Amino acid sequence: MQTHTEISYNSKVEGDVVHTRLDSAINWFRKNSLWPMPMGLACCAIELMAAGASRFDIARFGSEVMRFSPRQSDVMIVAGTVTYKMATALRRIYEQMAEPKWVIAMGACASTGGMYRSYAVLQGVDRIVPVDVYVAGCPPRPEALLDALIKLQGKVAREPFASLQKRVA
Amino acid sequence: MPTRELAQQLKTRFGDLISDPAEFRGEITVTLADANSIAEVCAHAKKEMGFDYLVDVSSVDNYGNDPRWTVVYHLYGYGHHCHLRLKTDVSEEVSELPTVTGVWRTADWHEREIYDMMGIRFRGHPDLRRILMWEGYPYFPLRKDFPLAGKPTVLPEIAFTFSAPLDGGPFVTIAGGKDSTAREPRVRVPESDDVELTARLERRQDIKDVHGHSHGPGTVKKK
Repeated sequence: MQTHTEISYNSKVEGDVVHTRLDSAINWFRKNSLWPMPMGLACCAIELMAAGASRFDIARFGSEVMRFSPRQSDVMIVAGTVTYKMATALRRIYEQMAEPKWVIAMGACASTGGMYRSYAVLQGVDRIVPVDVYVAGCPPRPEALLDALIKLQGKVAREPFASLQKRVA
Repeated sequence: MPTRELAQQLKTRFGDLISDPAEFRGEITVTLADANSIAEVCAHAKKEMGFDYLVDVSSVDNYGNDPRWTVVYHLYGYGHHCHLRLKTDVSEEVSELPTVTGVWRTADWHEREIYDMMGIRFRGHPDLRRILMWEGYPYFPLRKDFPLAGKPTVLPEIAFTFSAPLDGGPFVTIAGGKDSTAREPRVRVPESDDVELTARLERRQDIKDVHGHSHGPGTVKKK
């Protein structure tokens, strides 16, 4: 038997209580504190550092803590050329991140292999990890990376049943 | 110019082993006739003639010509500020020459890179193993017969490679086209490209370096 009860609360706390769906709340918390795992491999890492510095402040978006530990981060920003030699290590780091996790492929090399159509460069990091947002540029401006972060935040906000979702790695 | 004198000194000391110094655009090059005495010559250059800095060791693949390898040493002296280039030829059957790590320790990693990319071994090297690619990678990538796109390989738990998609590349410009569309067409396959074949045949005759070695591959047969 299902009863429809009015939600009642002490009117003294009116204004301090917010009604929302669980998904919205969890997604809001997650999107506003995406801690990056900076996989800074090459030149894009410099622009990543610039995005983290004062002028383009990535901390405004909640990515205050650039955790170099995969266990403590949410989003892996692959910034730079992924060589085949590095690919296995990158995959291992990705697997050590805890769910939920996302990946931003920053720059041409991480997205598609960039200008390096060669024997030593992995043609896009999406061959080994699932990528959520690609950023074009060589290197992309810090503003472009922030735009990607905002798009990722939009994606996180739209995730349905956040607490129950199984992510396929 | 002191470099020329230093090169002359080297020639007087080693005689027929060293060629006459050749000059090109202000740089002096000498060729060593026998690769096996490279360590001796370099030791003399360092201790007696003050070339105490090895700038670079690199190699050239004279694909189609014999001897296949040319190993090039760039020497410099902080005292006399002179640069000297030393070249030796190594044939493919031997593919080996003595190391100069006993003379300059920096040659260690340079020679490892040459081994990794070309397959030329160095006798007496303290630790000759791959430096850029991984142990167990089966090819030597900078040889002229190795494709730019690479070949698929798999070494479980260590690394893998795929062949990169080149889409009608390598995107080699045709020199001398009248505008950029002619010079850089959208798709080209060099093996069947008439312009590229003609250009290659012509180029091979007149592009020879100071010591008469030609650059570029051997005879290209039109299909």
